Amino acid sequence: MALPSYASTGQRVWHYAFRVICGLILFYLIAPLLVVVPLSFNAQDFFTFTPEMLRLDPAGYSLEHYRDFFTNVDWQGPLWNSLAIAPVATLLAVALGTLAAVGLSQSHVPFKRAIMAILISPMIVPLIISAAGMYFFYSRIGLQGTYWGVVLAHAALGIPFVIITVTATLVGFDKSLTRAAASLGAGPMRTFWTVQMPLILPGVISGALFAFITSFDEVVVVMFLGAAGQKTLPWQMFIGLREQISPTILAAATVLIAVSILLLAALELLRRRNERLRGLTPN
Amino acid sequence: MADATVTGGMPAGLGARGAAATPGPMVAADGTPLKASLARSLRRQKMRALLLIAPLLLFIVVSFVLPIGDMLLRSVQNGIVPDTLPRTVVALRDDPAEVPGEAVFEALYADLVVAEEYKVHTQLGSRLNYEMGGASSMFRGAGRAVGRFGTDIYAEQFEDADPALVDPARWAVWMADPAVREALPRTADAYDAWAGFTAELGGDDPAAEELGDVVYAALYRDLASGAQAPGLPAVDVAGFESVSLRDEFIADDAGWGEPAIWDLLRTFSPRVTAGYYLNAVDLQMGPDGVEMRPEGDRIYLQLFVRTMILSVTITATCILLGYPVAFLLASLPMRSANLLMILVLLPFWTSLLVRTSAWKVLLQQQGVINDLLVWAGLIGNDGRLALINNQTGTIIAMTHILLPFMILPLYSVMKGIPPTYVRAAKSLGANDWTAFWRVYFPQSIPGIGAGSILVFILAIGYYITPELVGGTKGVFISNRIAYHISDSLNWGLAAALGTILLAVVLLLYWAYDRMVGIDNVKLGG
Repeated sequence: MALPSYASTGQRVWHYAFRVICGLILFYLIAPLLVVVPLSFNAQDFFTFTPEMLRLDPAGYSLEHYRDFFTNVDWQGPLWNSLAIAPVATLLAVALGTLAAVGLSQSHVPFKRAIMAILISPMIVPLIISAAGMYFFYSRIGLQGTYWGVVLAHAALGIPFVIITVTATLVGFDKSLTRAAASLGAGPMRTFWTVQMPLILPGVISGALFAFITSFDEVVVVMFLGAAGQKTLPWQMFIGLREQISPTILAAATVLIAVSILLLAALELLRRRNERLRGLTPN
Repeated sequence: MADATVTGGMPAGLGARGAAATPGPMVAADGTPLKASLARSLRRQKMRALLLIAPLLLFIVVSFVLPIGDMLLRSVQNGIVPDTLPRTVVALRDDPAEVPGEAVFEALYADLVVAEEYKVHTQLGSRLNYEMGGASSMFRGAGRAVGRFGTDIYAEQFEDADPALVDPARWAVWMADPAVREALPRTADAYDAWAGFTAELGGDDPAAEELGDVVYAALYRDLASGAQAPGLPAVDVAGFESVSLRDEFIADDAGWGEPAIWDLLRTFSPRVTAGYYLNAVDLQMGPDGVEMRPEGDRIYLQLFVRTMILSVTITATCILLGYPVAFLLASLPMRSANLLMILVLLPFWTSLLVRTSAWKVLLQQQGVINDLLVWAGLIGNDGRLALINNQTGTIIAMTHILLPFMILPLYSVMKGIPPTYVRAAKSLGANDWTAFWRVYFPQSIPGIGAGSILVFILAIGYYITPELVGGTKGVFISNRIAYHISDSLNWGLAAALGTILLAVVLLLYWAYDRMVGIDNVKLGG
């Protein structure tokens, strides 16, 4: 969208005005995250920049809220709960989801559309409805308020993401490779693990990242399904925001932002690798 | 796949003419006809695919679809009145009067004596209290009162007439005799109920315990209506002093003499009810059929409308803000577009709670935005804007949260629009605006559609953000559902509201599937 040399004044003005508008919108997207980070180093229990902070006075900054986050049992308990729930839910979602995605990518699948609609539905149905239904049903079968109840629910919520990313990778998968493996005498299991799996691995991993973040961030379902023993980090943040807003929340938020930056970087690397494998280099 | 070898050189057509031209039916290497062999191979492929999918499908059905089904069931299920007051429900069927007669009150008496023992009448009361204020205290009061009702006079009179009639051991024998049971149906029923809770709750032997008044009241009623029981001592009850249970109930609480409670019990007598749905759209069952609830009780329609309006507003804001950004990203060279894309993807990947807390901090009266505006002199220190705990807060925060869901599909559609069309339009004399509006914009509409449906679906079901930044005016229907599940415990109503919301979402999901295709959903570019 480079401006041609013959552009009129009006076009020039619009060209730069448009970029300014876009810049403002992107600023709106990113600013809240950028504001949280410095505020979390606030030495006071305020949620706004103190005069000391604005003067860049070191006395205005401290790691006090981080100390609280990493030592207070109110925050450490939920953090470990989150770390105990999310990986197991992810594992379950990835194992079942990858298997099903391989099945769905076969050339003849009866009722493919209907099956797909059912498998994707946990992503579409509003969380409050999933939470309500699971709460009613899991209390009937004794899973409400248990660790496994939360894990099952989170796995169900993460599955659509695994299905979507893995089927997307399988679309670009060259089927003649499995045929070649079969013609050379490899059984279906061996073909899958040594030929297909390494090639679709980027899709599987990015599906796993999605499933992980879905469980790690999820708050509605866990609030209904979990008991106090399953209180997760987002749940604790929710309580903190609703009842007694403490600046430790900002430290927790900054830690979570760092986690999402790591996840995003991992995904970007995977995407590049995937494109390279398919022979499509970016640029 | 390669197990079907064609014999006879030419790949002949399968139509009638083709078949006539070849010497015989084509067969595979093992001698079976090719058609059958292919069909078998296809069947095997289908089976294999289904076997791979089956574990996940089973998992989703158990962990997700059945719970949703359970919710649908609960929205129409209504066992509490027929379960707690089974005799009253039957008796009410034969009594169309506004305030029913003695027979119904006798049934209610028997039901409440049993319910009081099992302590379930208060549950019924609090359930009916959602429909009619005061029902809870009526049932609690009646539960306490049934023990003090004047029905003890029957036991004394029967004892005076024949002491055998108050002997529990004899009763146990009589009540085991089908002929007696048939002759005294009410008595048998009351005795069973009494014996049931005596054995179950007290752990006592009914054959050794003094019978409850409820049994004698039933016996009086049976005998007074002319029943002759074989084996029982003959008693003439015509001279007995009797007590009107109707009067006893009304003396305890005048509400029992009003039609309102009886209308309510009749409405909730069937096991399947539309009552929750009527409630969910501010209707109720009146004496003359369905009618609007009183003005002050109408909240749900308004809430549904508000949810819709706010979701549409958020979707529109997302289009307005997302379109220019997607356009810029699609027209920039790959390298700088990828860089700017990070600004879109980072919020997308950041925890919802993080973004909500950021907005909570930013939008407060003493928060960063108000501070900035005061510092810039745009508003006075006493004129700080109320940006949070109202609809403005909900719209600002939710637009921010959902904006990436608009930008990503728009971007992927815009990437696919060839730039040559716009160039052609310009070379034919169109100015920038006409070229954009008549040529580029129509091609980007599928992206707007996909993004809008996605954002709208996500918006109408939101719970967390409105709960935290919406105050009372900026909450959605989801917040009300959560309230009914965890605070008011009116699960049926929560299920009905949820089902209505689900129907709206599924309709949009179907539209999205038709327009974009579920398997074309893109995640994160």
